Amino acid sequence: MNKTKDNLITYGIVIVAYIILQTLAVTGILSSHMKGLLVPMTYYAVIAVALNLCVGILGELSIGHCGFMCIGAFTSAFFSKLTEASIPAAPRFILAFIIGIAFAALFGFLIGIPVLRLKGDYLAIVTLAFGEIIKNVINAFYIGVDKNGVHFSLKNAMELNMEPDGQLIVNGAMGITGTPHNSSFTVGIIVLLLSLFVVLNLINSRDGRAIMAVRDNYIAAEATGINVTGYKMMAFVISAAIAGAAGVLFSHNITTLTASSQYFGFNASIMILVYVVLGGIGNIRGSVIAACVLYLLPELLRGLNTYRMLIYSIVLIVMMIYTWSPKVLEWRKRTLGKINLPWKKANI
Amino acid sequence: MSSFLTYLISGLSLGSIYAIIALGYTMVYGIAKMLNFAHGDFIMVGCYIIFTVSGALSGNSIVGIIVAIVLCTLLGITTEFVAYRPLRGAASPLAVLITAIGVSYFLENLALLIFGADIKSFTSVIKWEGLTFADGNLRIQGVTIVTIVVSLVVLLVLQLFIKKTKQGQAMLAVAEDKGAATLMGINVNNTIMLTFAIGSALAAIAGALLCSAYPSLSPYTGAMPGIKAFVAAVLGGIGSIPGAMIGGLLLGIVEILSKTYISSQLSDAIVFGILVVVLLVKPTGILGKKIQEKV
Amino acid sequence: MALLEVNNLCISFGGLRAVDDFNLTIEKGQLYGLIGPNGAGKTTVFNLLTGVYKPNEGRIKLDGNDITRKSTTEINHAGIARTFQNIRLFKNMSVIDNVKVGLTERFKYSALEGILHLGNYRKVEKEMDFEAEKLLKVFDLDKEKDILASNLPYGKQRKLEIARAMATNPKLLLLDEPAAGMNPNETKELMDTIALVRKEFDMTILLIEHDMKLVSGICEKLTVLNFGRVLCQGETKEVLSDPEVIKAYLGE
Repeated sequence: MNKTKDNLITYGIVIVAYIILQTLAVTGILSSHMKGLLVPMTYYAVIAVALNLCVGILGELSIGHCGFMCIGAFTSAFFSKLTEASIPAAPRFILAFIIGIAFAALFGFLIGIPVLRLKGDYLAIVTLAFGEIIKNVINAFYIGVDKNGVHFSLKNAMELNMEPDGQLIVNGAMGITGTPHNSSFTVGIIVLLLSLFVVLNLINSRDGRAIMAVRDNYIAAEATGINVTGYKMMAFVISAAIAGAAGVLFSHNITTLTASSQYFGFNASIMILVYVVLGGIGNIRGSVIAACVLYLLPELLRGLNTYRMLIYSIVLIVMMIYTWSPKVLEWRKRTLGKINLPWKKANI
Repeated sequence: MSSFLTYLISGLSLGSIYAIIALGYTMVYGIAKMLNFAHGDFIMVGCYIIFTVSGALSGNSIVGIIVAIVLCTLLGITTEFVAYRPLRGAASPLAVLITAIGVSYFLENLALLIFGADIKSFTSVIKWEGLTFADGNLRIQGVTIVTIVVSLVVLLVLQLFIKKTKQGQAMLAVAEDKGAATLMGINVNNTIMLTFAIGSALAAIAGALLCSAYPSLSPYTGAMPGIKAFVAAVLGGIGSIPGAMIGGLLLGIVEILSKTYISSQLSDAIVFGILVVVLLVKPTGILGKKIQEKV
Repeated sequence: MALLEVNNLCISFGGLRAVDDFNLTIEKGQLYGLIGPNGAGKTTVFNLLTGVYKPNEGRIKLDGNDITRKSTTEINHAGIARTFQNIRLFKNMSVIDNVKVGLTERFKYSALEGILHLGNYRKVEKEMDFEAEKLLKVFDLDKEKDILASNLPYGKQRKLEIARAMATNPKLLLLDEPAAGMNPNETKELMDTIALVRKEFDMTILLIEHDMKLVSGICEKLTVLNFGRVLCQGETKEVLSDPEVIKAYLGE
């Protein structure tokens, strides 16, 4: 039961980090700027776990995962704004999570139907396309509520034809303003632990093994009786659902939620991919650590900020060549011999 | 009616730019079997070179373009040699794609460091005013005409190059089967390098035209047109040169017309929607060939 | 009733008739060989039997059930398991997990139980471990159960592929050139393994082979393919002495 021990270490790291940071925050050692970074750190870690499930375990590169985060963010924020007056905070926030996760999973399923028929580069570029479509379409949404019900338009707020007392909830590219601030570091850590629990348990189950079999060799998996499409879909939907949970944390931590490229465009998705690759593809714990460190580091070392993207990109390239180049692998075999390096287990 | 014509022509012009970029994509994808995610950023690099050189030479854009073509070609060759070649034959096809994403990130952030995030206004390299028809009701800008003509010339030259030269034939052979091409005495590495050189030179030309038509330059200028050109290449059929041309033109027209008549907010969504539909209905694109994995 | 019955199987790629009018009957418990020169269409027959390719014409019946045009996954569920000429293991998974993938359809618990590690999870996983280790022992792989499949030596990789196929509890096992790339010692060991599989599991086997020694040593019946057509079919001894077969193999 080596794997169980390994998983316990992962949970342990997260819990210890939480206790330390929370103590620092409560005792006032952390500046308010630093405190503001804690929640984003957790949702980036959560979406990194989600993306690693897709890239490392399922073996399909998605560069549109922030699109699922976007869906989780908007659906939950819409719900929270709508029911702000009628439901108390705690149950409302739990319902918001259920709604955000459910919608992200639903879209994961709908998008998965066409996407999972493709492979490799095509699949990656189509996930990018869907990510952009989601962002663009949400940017065109105008949704308001008055006593006659919900009004919807793709043109502008005037088209909604609402009664004067109506409330505009989604205002096109201006997004949703004033979602209640329910996210906290503690909630973020709980969501992260739950995501880890789901993904790590999945990997060590028959479904997880089937998913990895499809990743390693789908032709052999089919011949071994594995329902390739079904298992691909399962992994993709779970991954989208977890990304949706990250979105709920996101939208309940920000005053104005907009479907901007900065947060939900493909460059944002690529940033998450950087976390996953640098943490080790297929290494779930690595993703969490990489997401937290790479998110906090530039904020802590301001001087580094100018060069950080440049450094990340170089590390990304070097890491890929080091891990995958046939020549480098041969060289490593010759010189390093049978030393079992942790990233030897890294797998796509 | 004439306003529709104006939009159509502006769609053709944008489409021609996509076509030139798509040619680079389709050649690299067809021959090296990799998606060069950084291709769009080569365009941006080209634009900054023209911007800098022309600025230094008080507006002499011809020299700027030539320098940009040369440097972009070198950039393409270097990238291929340093980042992509080591990963040829890697066990996972994702490795080279992630590396290409890394290169794209690198170029964007390097430009950000050197030139800053502010948008530079680019002086058009084409000074010609253009033509006027129907008593001034229909005006076609110089840059539009030049763009369309350049893309046609590029298409023609490339077709001739592939059909008539030894190197062109070698490219076809490598695209078909790297192993067999090696056995026939073709130097696969050099052929792929030449492909990158041509693709990158085309990116520089596309950059000059893109920034002349849409004169604002930032480190992210190339990213979106690059991705849309990839959509165009897929639409036309990856690996097919005439396909890239058709795909580019179609995409440009669809984008401009949907921007005008449907919604400027949704036009990108429509463009990407086309990609999804094409890949589902006819994954090989309009002029592509079918490939099946050997069991 | 025969276990496998193939009637008039045809497939064309473009203009080429890769397999033409192929017939085959295998009785339960037989060890049947499919031989022929390179490019004769042997692997294509395997791909047709396992649903990788769909035939243009013809019928395939397994144990009385029509499995023509079924998907690869369904055909495995119906009872055909196979190995591949170029080994296809789940390289980044451990040896035992490779076998446990083969057990996926036989030992079940719900996805929710899997994610929560509750309910039947522990019990069924234990059963799977037990079954997988039993299989690995048969193939002498039990000592390597926790290492990555890709780190196994070549001969053992071939064995693991057979073990994985056996894990799906097939009625018919297809082996595609199991001895390819093996030295004489390994080939000898492989023959023992195949004999063991037959004895231990009472398995019906169809194998493609180039190694004549292996074929004549263990197969009871042979079918010889040449240019996609059946050249000769029957008892091993008769087939190998057929002048047509000698001509196809050695030239004139």
